[in-house]
This record gives sequence, structure tokens and C-alpha cells, in this order.
Amino acid sequence: MAVEKRASGFWPLALFFAAYVLFLYGPMLVIVVLSFQGPQGGLTFPMQGFSTHWFHKLAEGLGVVDIGAALYRSLGLGLTVMALTVVLSVLAGLAFRKKLWGGNVLFFVVVASLIMPSIIVSLGIGLEFRLLDTGIKKVLEAWGMESLLESYSTALGIYTSALGAHLTWTLPFGLLIMFAIFNRFNPAYEEAARDLGATPWQGFRHVVLPLIAPSVVGIGMFGFTLSWDEIARTSQAIGDVNTLPLELQGLTTTVTTPSIYALGTVTMVVSFVVMGLTVGLGKLLSKRQKSRRAA
Amino acid sequence: MSAPTPSLPASGAAPGRTIAAWWQALPLTAVFVLFFLIPLALVLMVSFWDYNQYEMLPDFTFKNYVAVFEGCLSGDDMCVTFKTYLSTFKFCLLVWFLTLVIGFAVSYFLAFHVKSNGVQVVLFVLCTIPFWTSNVIRMIAWVPLLGRNGLVNSMLVGVGAVDQPVEWLLFSNFSVVLAFVHLFTTFMIVPIFNSMMRIDRSLLEAAADSGATAWQTLWNVIVPLCRTGIIIGSIFVITIVMGDFVTIGVMGGQQIASVGKIIQVQTSYLQFPLAAANAVILLALVLMIIWALTRLVDIRKEL
Repeated sequence: MAVEKRASGFWPLALFFAAYVLFLYGPMLVIVVLSFQGPQGGLTFPMQGFSTHWFHKLAEGLGVVDIGAALYRSLGLGLTVMALTVVLSVLAGLAFRKKLWGGNVLFFVVVASLIMPSIIVSLGIGLEFRLLDTGIKKVLEAWGMESLLESYSTALGIYTSALGAHLTWTLPFGLLIMFAIFNRFNPAYEEAARDLGATPWQGFRHVVLPLIAPSVVGIGMFGFTLSWDEIARTSQAIGDVNTLPLELQGLTTTVTTPSIYALGTVTMVVSFVVMGLTVGLGKLLSKRQKSRRAA
Repeated sequence: MSAPTPSLPASGAAPGRTIAAWWQALPLTAVFVLFFLIPLALVLMVSFWDYNQYEMLPDFTFKNYVAVFEGCLSGDDMCVTFKTYLSTFKFCLLVWFLTLVIGFAVSYFLAFHVKSNGVQVVLFVLCTIPFWTSNVIRMIAWVPLLGRNGLVNSMLVGVGAVDQPVEWLLFSNFSVVLAFVHLFTTFMIVPIFNSMMRIDRSLLEAAADSGATAWQTLWNVIVPLCRTGIIIGSIFVITIVMGDFVTIGVMGGQQIASVGKIIQVQTSYLQFPLAAANAVILLALVLMIIWALTRLVDIRKEL
């Protein structure tokens, strides 16, 4: 390959590409490096020593924000979104392989959700739950359930409105990946299973699922990481307590120590760990598939 | 590419299967009805409601829309709404242009200059990884570089290019555009790269054999065949910038107005009907832009 003459324009474009990658990763790298500032260090270079001081500070909490609780909430929500994204996308992906009445409309709605400005979706969900609150309060009042009425605050929450908001963002990605998978899927395997007397469920469980498993793991990763970092759709639909990215967004204006970089490093590490696990699991699954086929 | 619908042709679809398919699609459909269609309908409805300091009042009034456009039709000075939209359009156009040029160049390099399949995949993945990390982190990552005492300023002062640190690098229009490009060029690269990979390589050879220069091939063969990718990427970037309030808020130092931010501020003052009216206007504009763009291509055919 080295002998082959490079097409004209290769080197300028290669340089441009390298510059783009540097542009992409450079700032992130700076954050990671600066989060290891010494106790005297500030928000910029030069480094004042090297320590994990700001990570300890972060663990103690930043101002009034309980980082640990926010992290826990984001993890819980991310895992829930992940599970639901996988299950619902796979089910819908299967549905779209058959004649689906209204399938085009459904597809249009899903794509519309993907390109809808997030603030509008967020506002809508926020309004929906506020109106629901009003309705519930009216009903409680009408039925004379005073004690319940007093204790009731809102239906907005992590696992109600925020969960819904996240799903409107993760499911379009999940469904599009399912389309990509099934576009390349050879139905002959399934037909063979059916000819051998497999029930639809057996066909799915023992034939289709193992074949699509590596990509389905990818959908799970999309679900988790997109939820883990989501701000815009959550902003109006979260209620009283915030997820980690929302806390982080608030902290950008108030925190002036490298703690915020430490927080950035932590969230980045979580994202990368999830991506790494996904790639690893995907590789493992396709390897098992291959060795099974070889056996 | 030739399939008229996104679904695969039903393989031996037996009667009754449609019903089973609907049960499978039902949970996903329910999510989009509950958390997308109903909320959008409510935004439209509430935009005609009245409100006071504490609550929304069911009504049918145009006063929210009148309030949005207050002073727009009279006087010489532009009203707040028009100014905000003008500023948003300006960001949109700049970011669209920059992400398109960068995204196209990067995709072009990956698709046509990187010969090894493995290297191609690795480099493509390298470009998409940051998409899965926190946007806010990637924004504040610019602070140590562009701040008053940041790396760029120290260098500029160091080499004597400027006497005083440059102030407009951070919390400015410049930093907003920079952050947008940094965050969302991925949305251009993925669809454009995808279209480029589908181009039959023999077409390029045919162009070369017919005596086309590299530029002619690029402009007359590759660009038209990437139209779908370009338009899909453009739709993503434009809709994001039109509705954004996070990037403009953080990178603009909370100084720059945007339509999304107006909506966010109004909801924080519990002026939901006013925010809803703004959202409806924003939505109408975005839909018009998307409609215009999709006149140029049938997205479903290309999936």
C-alpha cells in the first residue's frame, strides 16, 4: 500500500482531519488534566502541582448540591431508560418487519421527535404533568380526600415525566438502529427454524435474538449514554430534584474551582466505561455466535 | 435504498399477523402518544390560555401571541422577538455553514481517501465518540483555553500579538458558534459519510475516464449523490441551533438571547401560556425550514 501513490489532496485532507480530531478531543483532554490540579490550582493553566484534591472536594459536595445523590439519580434513570429503550425498540423493530397498518405514520412521528427542538418537547411534557396535577387536585377535592390533597405535591418526577422525556430522545435512535439491523438480516434462518417447527417465540429466542444481540447491546448503550448526558429535554420535565447534567449546568455559573472539572472527568469516565463495556460485550456475543456456528 | 418504506418486505406475511405486529409496536407508540403528541397538542392549547402570577387559566385568547409580537409592527426599532429570531438565524446560518464544510471534508477524507476498511471504521468511530459525552462538559472545556487567562490568550500575549488579553474569545458570539461546531459537527459527518459510502466507486472511475478533474468529479458527481446526507445533517444542525438554550446560555455567558432561552425563562416565571405561544411560533418556523429542505429529498426512500 505504501507504494501506491496517494491521490492528490490526500495530505491536506489528512491534515485537516487530524486538526478536526484535535479540535474534538483537545478541550476534553484539557479538562481531564486540569481536574488533577493541586489544592492551590485554579481553572486555568499552569498546573499548580498534581493531586486528587478536587475529586475529594467533589465527593464532599459542591455548595448546596449533593453530587452523590444526583449521580445516583442519573444512574438509576439511565439504566431504566436503557432497559426500556432496548425492549421497546426491539419490539417495534420486529413489528416493522411485518405489514404494519399505520407504520408510516408511526415512523414519521418517531423521526419528528428526533428532530423536534428539545425545549418544545420539554415544555409540552412539563405542561402535561402540571395539568395532570391540577386535575388530580380537583378530583381529590371533589371526593373530599383532604389528607391526600395536603400531602400531594406533583406528578412530575424522575420516573414519570423525566423518564418519558428521555424516551422521546432515545427511542428514535433505537428504532433507526433496529431498521439498520433488520435491513441486513437474512430471514432465511428464521424460515428454516419455522420449517423445523419452531414457534414464533422459539424462532425469536433461539434464532433472531442471538443474531441481533451484538447490535441490541449497542442500542442499550445509546439509551444509557444519551440519558446520562441529557439536559434540554429534562429541563422543564424534571420536577423538584435534578439529574447530574442539570446540576452540572447550574454549577457552571457558580463553581469557580477545578471541582467542576473533576465532576466533568467523572461523568466522562462513566460514559467511556459504558461505551467500553458495550463494545466488549458486543464483541463477546459475536464471537460466541461465530464459535457456535463453527462448532 | 430502493425500498419504498423503511420496513422490510413482510416475509410471507400471513393474515392476522398485522395484529401481532401492532401489539409489538404498541409500547413504543404509547410512549410517543403520551410524551410527544399529547404534549405538543397541549402546548398548542395552552398557548391560547390566560395566566396570572400563580396559575394558568383556561381561555381562548390571542393575547400571548400579541404579547410575543408586541411593538413589532410599529416603531422604527426592531422588537425583541424579531431581534431574537434574527440573532438565532445568524447563529443557525453560521453553524450550518461551518459544520457542513467541516463535516463534508472529514467525511470525504474518510470515504474516499482512507483505503483500509479497518482504519476507516476506527477513524469514523473516533469522530463519533464525543457525541456520547456530556455537552456541558465539552462546553466548559473551552474555558481554560479561551478565558481571560486561558491558553490562547497567554500564547497571544506571549508572542506579542496583543498587549492585553483578548476578551471576546469567551462568553461571546464567537464562543457560542465554536461550541456549536464542536458539539454538533458529528450530526453532519454521520449522514454525509453514510451517503458517500453508498456511492458506486465505478462512477468516480467513469468520471475520471471521461476526463473530469478532481474538482469536477467532486462537484458534479459526489455532491449531488450526497444530497440526502447533506440534507439530513442540515436538518439536525438547524433544528438544534433553532431550539437551543443550553449552549447559548453557557457559552454566551447568559448574555445572548435565543428563542429557546426566552421559552425557558418564561417557564421559570410560570408564564406557561406565553412560553407555549413562543414554542408554537418556533415550531412553525422550524417546520417550514424542514419542509423546504425535504422538498429537495425524500428521506424515507433513502434509509
